[in-house]
Amino acid sequence: MIRFIDIHKEYDNGTKALKGINMRIDDGEFVFLVGPSGSGKSTIMKLITGEIAPTQGKLMVNGYSLNNISPRQIPMMRRTLGIVFQDFRLIEKKTVYQNLSFAMRAIGASSRELKRRIPYVLRLVGLEEKADRYPSQLSGGEQQRVAIARALVNNPNMIIADEPTGNLDPNRSLEIMMLLERINELGTTVLVVTHEKNLVNRFAKRVIAIENGRIINDETGGYYNGEKV
Amino acid sequence: MAKKFDFGYYCREGVSSIFTHGFMSFAAVCMIVACLLIMGSFSLVAVNLDNMLGDLEAENEFLAYIDESYTQEQAVALEDDIMAVPNVSEAIFVTRAEALDDFREGRDNQLLSDLEPDVLRDRFRIHVEDIELLKESADAVEQIPGVADVYAATDIAQGFVMVRNIATGIALVLIGILVVMSLFIIANTIKLAFFYRREEIAIMKMCGATNAFIRWPFIVQGMILGLAGAIIAFLLQWGVYELVAKAVIQSNGLSLLAILPFGSLVPVFLPVFCGAGLLIGVVGSVVAIRRFLQV
Repeated sequence: MIRFIDIHKEYDNGTKALKGINMRIDDGEFVFLVGPSGSGKSTIMKLITGEIAPTQGKLMVNGYSLNNISPRQIPMMRRTLGIVFQDFRLIEKKTVYQNLSFAMRAIGASSRELKRRIPYVLRLVGLEEKADRYPSQLSGGEQQRVAIARALVNNPNMIIADEPTGNLDPNRSLEIMMLLERINELGTTVLVVTHEKNLVNRFAKRVIAIENGRIINDETGGYYNGEKV
Repeated sequence: MAKKFDFGYYCREGVSSIFTHGFMSFAAVCMIVACLLIMGSFSLVAVNLDNMLGDLEAENEFLAYIDESYTQEQAVALEDDIMAVPNVSEAIFVTRAEALDDFREGRDNQLLSDLEPDVLRDRFRIHVEDIELLKESADAVEQIPGVADVYAATDIAQGFVMVRNIATGIALVLIGILVVMSLFIIANTIKLAFFYRREEIAIMKMCGATNAFIRWPFIVQGMILGLAGAIIAFLLQWGVYELVAKAVIQSNGLSLLAILPFGSLVPVFLPVFCGAGLLIGVVGSVVAIRRFLQV
């Protein structure tokens, strides 16, 4: 669960990125966070992942209060999140399997856990046959599915996808969104940051629209750019 | 679920990183070897000089000659005054007759058989605790009423002390400089490895890896470089020492010098070399990665 209570964020250079954000994302929800460039989406992502702290307001992420979280607790909080990036951020010299095992090793998983969990996640994203391939041997859509698998492999409460379809063609984008929807149906909360209007409108999920550091719309089953149901 | 300390993983990553940056690793090992070789060489000189000084302390006492007007009883009675002098550990009274016997011993000369004990004085053979204070002790004993003169081989003792002190001083300065240079090179090697893996580390942090988990492979890398440097330096030191020792022993002019066998120094020098190498490696690694982990 994510809770923003009157969150303000002002950077050292004086830029006011967020101006009193209030939002709540409950466990099991599928949410689109939309808005133009510079609206504050990236700041919200960084706040959720603990890369930056709010200037003012109260922020809770999966049971952790990020206002007074200790540096030692930040890795534990991040283990409750799975993050998917627009540019995939896969390690080129590692195979698909090794990319996933790398993420599991990072939190100290044993070899037995790796052998049990990775095949299951690869099956879930439809890449069980490509475990031994390197990222460069995969299409863009497949690489993003590996990135989603990596985000899922540590069994997080929530997946945060930052422009996950930004580098993909419309068909592959749709596949990725359908995969995220399926993951959500299996019980994982999903937050997708995007500005792809067609995709958002097609799925008719909760849409939080942000502009100039403020939430301008928050509707379940909503549409992008105010084209409401 | 999570394993607390994945030693196998840290070792694999550390070793792999050494070979990824082979040249920097080689340079780091060379610096550690140079540092430890110099430290070892000066330490070995100091240890041998200490040993020789120990021999001097054990074998070469200074002599205090008693005034000829003193009877033997009066002379013996001076022992308490001599023992009261600081740094004096033992005072052995030697009569004129005993002194003459000692003088004759080993000398095959008919002329000596005609000598009378009266030509010599009663004396004390005085041992000191610290050879560096030999001159001060001898001067103090000379001030005691009844002591006519003293004889102390202060020149030899002070010569050894001076050489040892100079060797120690030079060693400390050189070790200081080389330790700083070694730390700098190790730190740069680790920084390079860190920079090379920055994407992986960013991913690890996003997955929830702790700083300790990220730091350990780099510390292992530093430890391996330090240990490798230490072992190579130790083996080189051994070879150089044996060569020098052989040359010194074969030199007739330097028969005064007693060189310790390297085998007797291994139990001390090997752990010191390994410890110093490990310390340089670990400190270099920790310094290098400390500021990169603040995310």
